[in-house]
Amino acid sequence: MNRRDFLQNAALGLAGIALSADRSDASFWDAFFQKHFREMDENEIKNVIVRIEKEYREKFGKDITVGNEKPLPGVLFGYGLDLSRCIGCRRCVYACVEENNQSIDPQIHWITVLRFKKGDKWVDLENSEKYYDPPKVPEKEHFYMPVQCQQCENPPCVRACPTQATWKDKDGIVVIDYNWCIGCRYCMAACPYGARRFNWAEPKRPAERINTKTHYLGNRPRYRGVVEKCTFCIQRTRNGRYPACVEACPVGARKFGNLLDPQSEIRYAIEHKRVFRLKEDLNTNPKFYYFFAYGR
Amino acid sequence: MKSGAMNKDRNFRQLPYHSLFSIAALFILYAACSVAADQPVPKKQFLVPPPPFSPGIFPCSQCHQGMPPNSTPRRLEMHQEINLKHMPGGWCFDCHNPDNRDRLRLTSGRLISFEESYILCGQCHGTILREWKAGLHGKRTGKWNEEKQYLLCVHCHWPHEPAFRQIQPLPPPARPSEIR
Repeated sequence: MNRRDFLQNAALGLAGIALSADRSDASFWDAFFQKHFREMDENEIKNVIVRIEKEYREKFGKDITVGNEKPLPGVLFGYGLDLSRCIGCRRCVYACVEENNQSIDPQIHWITVLRFKKGDKWVDLENSEKYYDPPKVPEKEHFYMPVQCQQCENPPCVRACPTQATWKDKDGIVVIDYNWCIGCRYCMAACPYGARRFNWAEPKRPAERINTKTHYLGNRPRYRGVVEKCTFCIQRTRNGRYPACVEACPVGARKFGNLLDPQSEIRYAIEHKRVFRLKEDLNTNPKFYYFFAYGR
Repeated sequence: MKSGAMNKDRNFRQLPYHSLFSIAALFILYAACSVAADQPVPKKQFLVPPPPFSPGIFPCSQCHQGMPPNSTPRRLEMHQEINLKHMPGGWCFDCHNPDNRDRLRLTSGRLISFEESYILCGQCHGTILREWKAGLHGKRTGKWNEEKQYLLCVHCHWPHEPAFRQIQPLPPPARPSEIR
């Protein structure tokens, strides 16, 4: 036995010891050797989705469709939020939770609504309040600013990821492959907006509250130890629908559309209103525009 | 001196041509405007859900038929929920049509249906109407790349007291100390 054979045999033997017998089914090995999402061809992705759908069926006892809609050509998604109209009611936060299958316990929200005092130095994010709970909103002396993933054109989280489990797709959405994420949370440290959330424990959600229309890179049920965040409701927007938060907003403060389409409402907002982006000085180039429609 | 006079002369001679063009342009513009004004607003353009009437209240003519219009400002006996807080000094017939209550009336005298009430609101709130048409003010539903449905002004702003009402917020997120 030469040195090379010895090492090969030793490696195989160790692998055999490390894996207990009940995990030796084909599905486990398929998951173990799954390729990077962007290196797979259509057929391989299809097989992965079939496997994942089977896992979900066993876990939740119901059929969950995992979609793989591709970016639409000629589309770059942009988001607008009118701060002069937001009343801080948090309808968007909970609509997002129901649409995107976030964990109920431990609680995960993708949207954080910040409350600022009018007249203060309001970009002072450190002193904003996110646990406000008055009986009625909007309050006289305050205004509100929902923050979620800003879908940066130059996303620091993507550069931080050591496994390339997160990347920016062609339509501008920063996506995460939950099967490729190793849970190191470097992306969370890199994100200047605090938009990413970590599954510290097994995400728990009653099976009857699971949204069964999902996307592989979006709202499919997550695992313990992976990072998740807003995807502009990829499962809806790639099918032409508005994100759930846009539909839930009772005051119409949320605007969504194609930045490359001059007729879209987001383009109208950018061209006619004074828009700003959060922490623009960091050169993240977000596609999430805040504006004051009445601040002419 | 001589060349200056010539220039003046040339300018003078050119004037009729300019005027002719402007007059023609004005005529075309006027014709286009009057055609647009005569035609009913195409409903396809602003698809709206039915206006938020109180149940059973429409058509208004089922009660108002034969009732003489009373334009004196007073506390109403029937529509008691209305305590007009919109446009000080205003009264019902600034917007409602006294002759046929099932329609609204613009200041021009033109009658419109309740589904087109945004035209009425836009008489004063013109800049808002412009933004509403562009999809910036108010809420649209439907598809971001296809046909959209508009909410009417009155779906969010009760016209008799249009300020947006306060609502109860949903619960705040769990504090880190509450997470076990």
